[in-house]
Amino acid sequence: MTLAESRGIKRPPEHEADARQAGGRAHPGPLEYTRIGLILAVITAVEVGAFYMDIAQWALVSILVVLSAVKFSLVVMWFMHLRFDSRLFSGLLVGGLMLAAALFVVVLSTLGGGLT
Amino acid sequence: MSHAPAALETTATGIDNRKLLMWLFLASETLLFGSLIAAYLLYRGQSVVGPYPEELFDIPFTSVSAFVLLMSSVTMVLALAAIQRGDQRGLRIWLFTTALLGMLFISGQAFEFTEFNREGLSLSSNLFGTTFFVLTGFHGAHVTVGVLVLLSLLVMALRGRLTRSQSMNVELVGLYWHFVDVVWIAIFTLVYLIQP
Repeated sequence: MTLAESRGIKRPPEHEADARQAGGRAHPGPLEYTRIGLILAVITAVEVGAFYMDIAQWALVSILVVLSAVKFSLVVMWFMHLRFDSRLFSGLLVGGLMLAAALFVVVLSTLGGGLT
Repeated sequence: MSHAPAALETTATGIDNRKLLMWLFLASETLLFGSLIAAYLLYRGQSVVGPYPEELFDIPFTSVSAFVLLMSSVTMVLALAAIQRGDQRGLRIWLFTTALLGMLFISGQAFEFTEFNREGLSLSSNLFGTTFFVLTGFHGAHVTVGVLVLLSLLVMALRGRLTRSQSMNVELVGLYWHFVDVVWIAIFTLVYLIQP
């Protein structure tokens, strides 16, 4: 007998528990994952294409940062299921990212360096 | 006495403890890689002796590596979808493909490191060498650990020891693998594509 059974707690069916955590929704299927993968591939191709374009450095930096942020978001939202799982996980990742961003700002503003 | 998987135990938060722990670990890893990328950007363009990044970087080659790692994230999530619907054959195929793509990425990185070293770049040759090798080396080490864990999962799956009720194991490895992928998304843009 498991701990949950000894406490008289009923469980959801296994496949539902696997795909759906507390406060979350069911995960998407293979078709949607493949569609996101194709979008990621296209964005990567656009990034590399932009690298070879003869445009101003500030414009190139802006385009590349935005495109990589979109790729980052697609992976964490769909593949890491932040769009579907508990918001606690999103809070943990955003917390880590905010600390990293604060580190970036402090280090680069006090010691120099940057993107352009 | 039955031995049900821990993934199905009820917790106070309703969230699997292992998944919560993995997210806490990934949050700390964000700060680790944030520090390494900040160090690279801080010292970028500060090297007083060569070789310099613009002389070494092979963007078409690295773009293919980035694409390979990105696609391994797709195959990883397809492996998770397969085990969640009880498709053992699909699980094995996608786990194997993910591990293979991971090994391909590591091979590419090893080739790149060797080429750079042949051109005179080492950990101690200049500031670029130090910050570049530490950043990408740490990432490569993470990918290597990921491949080893993927191969362990594959062996378990081939022996029939990875069933639908244990899909949380695949999900946890997937979270780690996708994190390694998003770190490379940042490195590819900030280190390779955006050059001073």
